[in-house]
Order: sequence, then C-alpha cells, then structure tokens
Amino acid sequence: MIRELCRWLAATDLSEHIQDIFWVIPTVQTVHIVSIAIVMTSMAMLDLRLVGIAGRRQSLPDMAARFLPWVWTAVVVLLCSGTILIIGEPARDLLNKVFWLKMSLLAAGLLLTWTFQHMLRRNTSFWDRNRTAAVLLGSVSLVIWVGIVGAGRWIAYVDHG
Amino acid sequence: MIKQILQALEATPWGTAVRENTWLFPTIESVHVLSLVLVVGSIMVVDLRLLNLASRQRSVQELTDDVLPWTWVAFGSAAITGTLLFSSSAVRYSGIWQFEAKMCMLALAAINMGIFHLGAFRSVAQWDKAPVRPPLAAKLAGGISLGIWVTIVALGRWVGFA
Repeated sequence: MIRELCRWLAATDLSEHIQDIFWVIPTVQTVHIVSIAIVMTSMAMLDLRLVGIAGRRQSLPDMAARFLPWVWTAVVVLLCSGTILIIGEPARDLLNKVFWLKMSLLAAGLLLTWTFQHMLRRNTSFWDRNRTAAVLLGSVSLVIWVGIVGAGRWIAYVDHG
Repeated sequence: MIKQILQALEATPWGTAVRENTWLFPTIESVHVLSLVLVVGSIMVVDLRLLNLASRQRSVQELTDDVLPWTWVAFGSAAITGTLLFSSSAVRYSGIWQFEAKMCMLALAAINMGIFHLGAFRSVAQWDKAPVRPPLAAKLAGGISLGIWVTIVALGRWVGFA
C-alpha cells in the first residue's frame, strides 16, 4: 500500500519538479534545519528550565510566553518543508523505519509540549509546585527532541524499500 | 604544502577511522547537526533581542549571560565534530567551494562578533535599561549575524550535495 503511494507520488508532476530543479531540495532542507534550530533551542531552554539547570532568573510562564509561539510556528514550517521533501523523494522517507521512528518521537514530543503548555495555562505555578513531574517532563522531552534530530539525519543512511 | 597537511589529516587515526567505519560518520554528523542547531538557535535568540524583535522585556546583558555560555559549549562540540568529519576526506572537502565559502562566513561571523563586543556592547550598561532600545550598531550586528548564520547553514547543507 505505502509502496504504491510512493510510486504514485514519485510520478506526480510536483515530485518530478522537486527532483529536477537542483536547488529545491538543498534549499528546503536549509529552511528545515533553521526551523529545527528554532524548535530545538526553544525546547532545550524550556526543558533545562523545567529540570532546573538553566534560565532560573526567568519565570516559567515568561519563558513559555517567549518560546512556545516560536515552537508552534516553526513546527508548522517543519511540517510544510518536510512534506515537500517527502513528495520529492517518497520512498526515501515513507519506506524507511527511521523516518517512522522520527514521526513517533515527534508525536510524543508534541504531546509533552502540549501537556506542559496546558498545565501551565490552568495553573501558572503548576510546574514549580510539582517538581518531580517538572524534572521528569523536562528530561524526557529533551531526550525525545535530541532523538528527533538524530533520527532525522540517520534517515539518509538507512536503506529503504 | 597545504595539500600535504590535508593528506596528513586524512592519515591521522581519527581521519582514517571516520572514513573507514560505516556508522562513525553518520553518528558524528548527527552530533554535529545537534550542536549546530543549538549554536544557530541560541545566536538567533540574542540577534532577535538586539534587533528588538523578541525577549523585549529582558536586558541584553542578562539574556547574553544566560544564553551565550550554552552557545559556546555547542560551538565547541560543532567545531570538534566538524574537524573529525573534515579529516575523513580533507582533500576533497577543501576543494568544494561551498565548504570554502562556509569557512569564510564563519570568519565573518567572528569579525562581526568582535566588532560588536569592542564597540556597541562596551557601553551596554548605558542603553540596557528598560525599555531597552539597542543602538543602531547593535541592531546592525544582530541583523548581520542572523544573515551570516542562515548562510552558514545553507552552505553546510550544500556541501553534502557537491
């Protein structure tokens, strides 16, 4: 099923254009990496603050207000640029185990980020009062985002199909 | 002379190991990508502050004290992993114009940083009071830095296609 989808996608005009114009893939990948820089740095700051290692001079609600809008915006840019890369080379991603590992980690990472934001909105001191939960969420989230970046690079090295 | 240095680099134990081991290159490359996104992302936080586009309620001094130590740790990691990757095929990489351009841009980023630290940043205490309005020289340094680092990412990614 996925194999047929890949074959169909790869034969579309859009996919052929993405493959034929030499600068499209490197340019879209550059946009993808700059967006990853925004998400990864923002999440690292928030996660390290949750764990209590960095940024303690700033309150958690202030930090969340500074970084979360950038995270969500950059995630949308990542989904768009990622979709263009998939359309360009469908089999490279959709038939690749590491790609699906990355997508699973992404879903988990976004769910944790949403949980962080949701609890903070309901009660601004929630994470300051529940220190164990904060340390747990921050460290698991950080590991997940590092895993997403690592898996993203490994897609290029794992045989697909 | 330069070619001999590059060949010597390829012959080093680490250059040989990265070249010959199938999983070493992608592993080091993953650490390189992780490091560089943290370098670029954290520099963007400072640049956007200097441009007065984000973190506006924070003083520049406090922000840089919080962020830049992490930038330097990530930069150290990017430099070490980058050197390891380069050593695996030093002769080939040094002949790729995108790689040469990337190194030039890194030098430009250093010069831009130096000018800012010896210039506008020396009087930071004078303009770093709420509401913080960075002077034109600081805004310029932030804008130029932003442009340089996005270019560095583009050139670095392009090396892989050359």
